[in-house]
Amino acid sequence: MATDTATTTGPGRTGARGAARGSRSSAAYPTFRVVALVLVVLSLIAPLVWMLLASFKSNVDIYDAGKAVFFHPTLENYTKVLKQANYGQYIFNSFWVAFVSTAVSILLGVPAAYSMSRFSMNRSALVVLMARVIPGVSLLVPWYYVFSNLHMVGGYTVLILSHMFVALPLVVYIMMGYFDSLPIELEESAMVDGLTPIGAFRRITLPLSVPGIATAGILAFIFSWNNFMFALVLSGAQTKTLPVAIFNFVGYASIDWGGLMAAATVVTVPIMVIALFTQKYIVSGLTAGATKG
Amino acid sequence: MAASTLTTSQSTPPLARWANDHRKWLFAGPAMVFVGVLIVFPLAWTVYLSLTDAEGSVRAEKSFVGLGNYLDVLGDTARFWPAVLRTVEFTGVALFFEVVLGMAIALLLWRPFRGEKWVRVAILLPLVATPVAVGMMWRLIFDPNIGFANQMLGWVGIPPQPWLASEHSALMTTAFMDVWQWTPMVVLILLAGLTSLPGEPNEAALVDGATAWQRFRYVTLPMLMPTVVVAILLRGIDAIKTFDILYATKGKGGGSYHEVETLNVYAYGLSFDYNEYGIASAVLIIFFLIIVGSMWALTARRKGQL
Repeated sequence: MATDTATTTGPGRTGARGAARGSRSSAAYPTFRVVALVLVVLSLIAPLVWMLLASFKSNVDIYDAGKAVFFHPTLENYTKVLKQANYGQYIFNSFWVAFVSTAVSILLGVPAAYSMSRFSMNRSALVVLMARVIPGVSLLVPWYYVFSNLHMVGGYTVLILSHMFVALPLVVYIMMGYFDSLPIELEESAMVDGLTPIGAFRRITLPLSVPGIATAGILAFIFSWNNFMFALVLSGAQTKTLPVAIFNFVGYASIDWGGLMAAATVVTVPIMVIALFTQKYIVSGLTAGATKG
Repeated sequence: MAASTLTTSQSTPPLARWANDHRKWLFAGPAMVFVGVLIVFPLAWTVYLSLTDAEGSVRAEKSFVGLGNYLDVLGDTARFWPAVLRTVEFTGVALFFEVVLGMAIALLLWRPFRGEKWVRVAILLPLVATPVAVGMMWRLIFDPNIGFANQMLGWVGIPPQPWLASEHSALMTTAFMDVWQWTPMVVLILLAGLTSLPGEPNEAALVDGATAWQRFRYVTLPMLMPTVVVAILLRGIDAIKTFDILYATKGKGGGSYHEVETLNVYAYGLSFDYNEYGIASAVLIIFFLIIVGSMWALTARRKGQL
């Protein structure tokens, strides 16, 4: 196997001498590659494992460097978080807000993306995509103004609407790319066979778009689940989402590290499990449009 | 478009025919209304607020002060300009390491190997983790007294560092967290770019005796450049707006010395910790112009090159 990377160091860089040295470094590359990959995986995974371990430790063990890996695992932190700290409610809030904002974004975003793709509505698309660039705070101020005057701050509706600010542009962006890649001839031949344009969209295009919709939906759900800033301002005591609940966990003089890590694990693990099963979609969504140049 | 010129047959009911003829706006309309009501209108409202002295309660009276807020903000060397500097520093450092490391890791992963599946899972996990939880996780690891980071330094004989606790190292520690979480994003984008490259130019260079570095520098990188720019653009837009890990690790005002107070954190604090809506809006409009300006500069350079 050839070396295809910038991994050769030292003098093997110029002229004929370089070529000779190059072959020697080719032999070393597989070993180097394994070592480098192990290092990459370790540095990405180790902090997460550390968080997971700490969530099963008593606070005494967390302070004891000698018990970094070997300790008496306890579920105390989890029972504390789930039973006393009302986390059941926050888990539901996070799930409900993410689910509804994703569903509504797909309902509005998929047809919109279809129109923008098929009728080349580039200027409209640009307005929707601007949402990616706008800092969230600049919308939070006017939202807060308007919604507190309407006495809506603290309700689910406002939270869901605010999370759609992230989800809807994402759905439109991914689906536009997806519809652009579907050949228009399929719809045309369906219409020749007697389907109306909307019928062709519903019976031909939509079923073919399921992978794209899945991609957009999964990513919108993840971004909504992880969102912190909107809920920090717009949620109330009963509608708090998990990231805000974790943030509020800290706040007094001493930190209950075990409880905090349990809370952090509770918010992270569900999304990671979803990610493991939908890896293909997440990767295609995150890299959508990146290689068009 | 060919599809739009096809008319519906006469046998369909009038409502359906109307829907089919107007499907362009029927489909796009609801989303456009949402965007108009929740994005365009609020943005205009922010511009309006930035010209008033709005503060305190959201129901309080406010009066028009013209460009006064902008002059105040631009003349504010205590909070505003340091925040600009921190934003540039945080974004620059994070983006630099994310792109360099992202490129290196993408090249490592480029050709198939055994166990590829597991490495890809490892790459995905930081990316989907909740940023607030990630902030808390690093807070424990970087804790000066009980954190694993100082323990590791101890093994190689380096004295413990204050990390987040010091006003000098806090910003770079948060930049490190950003690099940990978002380098995988750059890896995925660059890997998608690498996979779509044609193989022949590299093979030709290999036949000509080019070294690995030469092939990367003069063959792969130029072909990959458009993807690299996209990665910088996408990551840069998000990095400059980083809020979650900064607020989760240092809290209000970016810590007691404002050590991690970037523009976004500053604008948030002005709005919701101090209720200075007028000045906050002015900061936000300036921030928005900075983002659009740097995006424009990046894409303009790219067009110039291609």
